[in-house]
Amino acid sequence: MKELQELARKLLTDGTVGVVIGWEEGPRGIRPYFCTRPEDADKLVFTPRCVHNLATYLSPRRSNVRELGKVAVVVKGCDNKAVAGLVRETQLKREDVVVIGVRCGGVVLDPYGPAELTANTVADRCPGCDVREPHNTDHLVGELPPPPPGEQRTAKLMSELEKSSPDQRWDFWIEQLSKCVRCNACREVCPMCFCERCLADKTQPQWIDSSPHPRGNLAWHLTRAMHQAGRCAGCGECERACPMDIPLMLLNRKVAQVVADSWGYKSSEDPAVAAPIGTFNKDDPQEFIK
Amino acid sequence: MSDNGNKQHDNSFEPRITAFVCTWCTYTGADLAGTSRLQMESNVRIIRLPCTGRIDPLFIIKAFERGADGVIVSGCHPADCHYTAGNYHARRRFTVFRELMDFIGIDARRLTFSWVSASEGTKWKEIVDETTDRVRALGPFTAYHNLAGGAEEAMAGGVQ
Repeated sequence: MKELQELARKLLTDGTVGVVIGWEEGPRGIRPYFCTRPEDADKLVFTPRCVHNLATYLSPRRSNVRELGKVAVVVKGCDNKAVAGLVRETQLKREDVVVIGVRCGGVVLDPYGPAELTANTVADRCPGCDVREPHNTDHLVGELPPPPPGEQRTAKLMSELEKSSPDQRWDFWIEQLSKCVRCNACREVCPMCFCERCLADKTQPQWIDSSPHPRGNLAWHLTRAMHQAGRCAGCGECERACPMDIPLMLLNRKVAQVVADSWGYKSSEDPAVAAPIGTFNKDDPQEFIK
Repeated sequence: MSDNGNKQHDNSFEPRITAFVCTWCTYTGADLAGTSRLQMESNVRIIRLPCTGRIDPLFIIKAFERGADGVIVSGCHPADCHYTAGNYHARRRFTVFRELMDFIGIDARRLTFSWVSASEGTKWKEIVDETTDRVRALGPFTAYHNLAGGAEEAMAGGVQ
């Protein structure tokens, strides 16, 4: 923690950056913090409650962030995949941002919930994490904690769903998606949802019904999942932001699995790794095409 | 076809199938099937697009919303794309989309993906007949059509 604060203070004092985006202790729990003054650097923390993926503030949609000057962002390994995604899709120049990686032993599900990291409180993306030590960062701070406890619930739920009948899956999803109130929190929190004008907001023609009814909700969530194919960093912020507790990561994970099985693509911290949608191989598998 | 009216008369189910095809290969192939006077099922409504790369998965969602029971997506064989690579991109996209539909619980048998070249009129006939038979056996896609929606336009303005 001291190491992170020292580094932030140095970067702000010597004018390397105008803002360090990290986390601070708020009244109810951990929250994102935009540190613009060297004397405030002591407020920066990193604990298992630092859940938020701060890479979302690097999205070109958030022009007000860039007005603060050059940005330094504190990232966990998973968040760093989103930074790489933005660089890969030319939404961000790597040299325009200072990436401060923190070694991470897992975070909890809820930044406002219990602070202790156990098998019950661990965020779903954490067990089995392969990026506890972020790569391709400008700075790397902290000691490497032990691996996260527990097991992935989404992966288990996904394989159970796959074993059930199509009708059961349909009933499951219609029930889940019918809860959606179309608040767009999943989209707003997502670092990869950077379109200035979202397809779902267009009305002429209106491809996706904007009011919250099962038909429009299904169209929206299918489209959102499709647009995440090969792009989702797997940070799980959409699911956390969802006020209706829709298991959105199930969809993201399914799509990620197809992408991995079909073309061997895995979400990566390296911007040079080509995205699977938008590129192709001439001999891609095509058993489903007559 | 002439017997179509009789089928509807005795209330048996005739599926509505929407085909999204590329203009260079499959549309021309379907045209050849027509000029060759090949007899085939008349359940398919063709929507012609420049390329399979132009076919957004949303088109398929919209087709189901508007009353389609099945969907065909067809274009040029690999290496034949008029725009060099559109069908390769489509192939990747629909690999994901097909699995996603299946995961949501939409029967993958309602979707047909094919490559039909301009000279393959008979293949187009086979695709149309096979898909129609398959979807006819599956029955109307009421699960999707009955999803509660907002405006009434979807069904009223649907495919006739």
